[in-house]
Amino acid sequence: MTAIVRFEGTKGFVMAVQYLAAHRFGLGRRFDDPAIEDPKDWLVRQIGDYDPAPAAIAGLAGREAIATAYAEYQSERQAMRREAKNAKMRDDDGAEVQTMRRMARAGFRRHYGEAARARLTAAVATRTPFPERLVHFWSNHFAISADKQTVVGFAGNYENEAIRPHVMGKFSDLLTAAVYHPAMLLFLDQAQSFGPDSQFATRVRNRGRRQAPGLNENLAREIMELHTLGVRAGYTQADVTNFAKALTGLTVAGLGRGAGQRLMPADARTGETIFVDRLHQPGPLTILGKLYDQPGAKQAEAVLRDLAVHPATARHVATKLARHFTSDEPPATLVDRLTEDFERTGGDLPSLYRTLIASPEPWAAAPTMFKSPWDWTVSMLRALKTPGLGERQNIAAMFTQLGQPVWRPGSPKGYDDMVATWAGSAALMQRVELASRIAGRIGDRADARALAPLVLADALTPETAQAIARADSPGQGIAMLFASPAFLRR
Amino acid sequence: MILSRRSIILSGITVAAAGALPGFAYAAAGTPKRLVFVIQRGAADGLATVAPTGDPAFAAARRALADETAGGAKLDGMFTLHPSLTQTAGLYTSKQAHFAHAVATAYRDRSHFDGQNMLEGGGSRPYGRDTGWVGRLLTLLPAAERDAIAIAPAVPLALRGSVQVGTYAPSRLPQADADLIARLTAMYADDPLLHPLWDSAVKTQELASDIGGNNGRNGADLGKLAASLMLPADGARVMMVETGGWDTHSGQRGRLAAQLRGLDQLIGALQAGLGPAWNDTLVIVATEFGRTVEVNGTGGTDHGTASTAMLLGGGLAMGGKVSADWPGLGASARYEGRDLKPTRSLESVIAGAVAHHYALDPKRVMATLYPDA
Repeated sequence: MTAIVRFEGTKGFVMAVQYLAAHRFGLGRRFDDPAIEDPKDWLVRQIGDYDPAPAAIAGLAGREAIATAYAEYQSERQAMRREAKNAKMRDDDGAEVQTMRRMARAGFRRHYGEAARARLTAAVATRTPFPERLVHFWSNHFAISADKQTVVGFAGNYENEAIRPHVMGKFSDLLTAAVYHPAMLLFLDQAQSFGPDSQFATRVRNRGRRQAPGLNENLAREIMELHTLGVRAGYTQADVTNFAKALTGLTVAGLGRGAGQRLMPADARTGETIFVDRLHQPGPLTILGKLYDQPGAKQAEAVLRDLAVHPATARHVATKLARHFTSDEPPATLVDRLTEDFERTGGDLPSLYRTLIASPEPWAAAPTMFKSPWDWTVSMLRALKTPGLGERQNIAAMFTQLGQPVWRPGSPKGYDDMVATWAGSAALMQRVELASRIAGRIGDRADARALAPLVLADALTPETAQAIARADSPGQGIAMLFASPAFLRR
Repeated sequence: MILSRRSIILSGITVAAAGALPGFAYAAAGTPKRLVFVIQRGAADGLATVAPTGDPAFAAARRALADETAGGAKLDGMFTLHPSLTQTAGLYTSKQAHFAHAVATAYRDRSHFDGQNMLEGGGSRPYGRDTGWVGRLLTLLPAAERDAIAIAPAVPLALRGSVQVGTYAPSRLPQADADLIARLTAMYADDPLLHPLWDSAVKTQELASDIGGNNGRNGADLGKLAASLMLPADGARVMMVETGGWDTHSGQRGRLAAQLRGLDQLIGALQAGLGPAWNDTLVIVATEFGRTVEVNGTGGTDHGTASTAMLLGGGLAMGGKVSADWPGLGASARYEGRDLKPTRSLESVIAGAVAHHYALDPKRVMATLYPDA
């Protein structure tokens, strides 16, 4: 059994291993969790116990249904536009058209709302909160953003089918699954990127009728800058352009815009990622000093394999992981150790996690981490036996109100993983208000005095315990537990 | 404020056809009686609400707070009503208010949680009952008078029982109440990150859901809301109203004055909103326990034992009176040397008032509301 060591952090605040295991590594103690006897062993065992397909996500719609819903919305919208034009709409028809548009949009937005609710259900229910946190971490590392209408419906499917199955595998497999998912291809415009010398572009150019379709570098750049090497990691504009060329041919059946759609094989299922050779830039390419002469789809796969194990990638990933489990400025010793592990194993993620758990730094840092709205809400709901939210609560809207819309960070960079990102004054008041509302629902169905030592474990200070015990009602006690300094942090 | 029945949430389910549900069918026969239970969560100071200014030990024990009730209505030779309670004083004059003093439940420790559980559940020990005295009372009432509702997000213990009851809460995110905000301010005081964030958050916060806030108008709004839910022919007949913020450990003078002003306006708005129906209404205001006789070092009072309960309405048995078997405030007369000694059970006060109001057999009421007594 690991010795319990207490670390004095901020004044009046004691960091402790039970608490760190539950909140920093996990998603907060569940009300019915057994005591964590050996925190490190508890975390390591979760790596083996991880279930990539939890019950909560089982009933969600597949890619084809999601893509079809979006395609239907698109065609309805076009029809409405035509109608509006023909009728030379009067002003008072505007509202009606708006309503119809909203209804059509609701069809494919439903998939987003359902997936967001399922994500929360899975996080609240899970018995392997450490891997579940890693799902959220990687999902944010390989961020898509539901600002784009084409992406909205796919957002949940992306996490569940590209991220979840690979968080306990090799980084390269995770990278490939993320990049090849339709949500990523649509989000970063790959579905509209064509090889300048592809058969398709050449034919269009030879006919001389219009400007030939061309390259879009968005995905190639973000893979290098955000997913693998990291910004200013030594790659050049030529590397980005060549990588973009290597990626051409990848598109999404039934959804990509423009002429490329006509080149889809007849058996292509709407919403599936597909490689269309006639859109691919032919010929060998040099990227980061290495020649890639593989034919067709194999070329980009080879580049991705190399990027996934590049030393710059190892350091970039190690830094982000270390930050997530320590502080804004992660200790160099931890970053070095994780980088070395990544390089040695070729990006074996379970090995990386084990090294992280075994490292002293995540267990020794002062309480510098501030829970994101997601983390905080999940940990709150896990602590309660009685559901804290109503059946009809709009989950997606709630997280938008709390300042962290689900799968909508607004940029491919994802949400920043820093204290300042989440620790704002209005944000704090919003949390207190939500805690009050939930506490109001719970009332005396939970006893905060009994819950506090369970949930905060060895980080429960006498001051917090006393403040909770002195609350003027059971509900106020619960609100104070959830608003306590230790519960707000991780 | 007009509220359709549709907006009332019955045990979490929107009632689209409330008339079809049992208990909501309104029978026109008889005079419909109405009952409102206002709970003061946090231990309201009975010694400042109805101050025993005639007790020779009072001024010395209350020191700086001894003149808290200066300017308040003289109720009799012994008691003075807090000056914030002006409309309540008017009701007392017209024999529509009664104060029961030195009362307490069977609970003798000083935990809010346990004390409220006993006040609501009506058991003889904390967590001894999983239904409430109001919930059990409903089984004694004719079907037409059973419609019960709480202005709360969930059904409070007091209303729980075999009869289904409703809840109503405004749908917007409720703002945190002033008391919680004050407690968090203390909790964050030494936290270098949270302290400045919270300070700035509180400065921009409007304390709209506190009954004492907004110069009492929040209490008036709550009273208006309560009346609007009870007045219609098919409206609620039994209601529970939640109030918090009574835990005045520090700065009691200003805080309690604001709280009582809110309560006074709540009562006034309820009376005005109910109109003639006020004559068939009984309002019970009670708290889980009282506060210390002595003032503490921060201008407040700490958890005590006996307190005051208020009975209000048009048909009281003893309107215009303060009832008390007064124990005195001298050190030797106090409970455990510090608190106002309970000389009468709050349970018997409530059961007696309810039995009179509904013209029910007092023994039967006592046995149903407080089966462990």
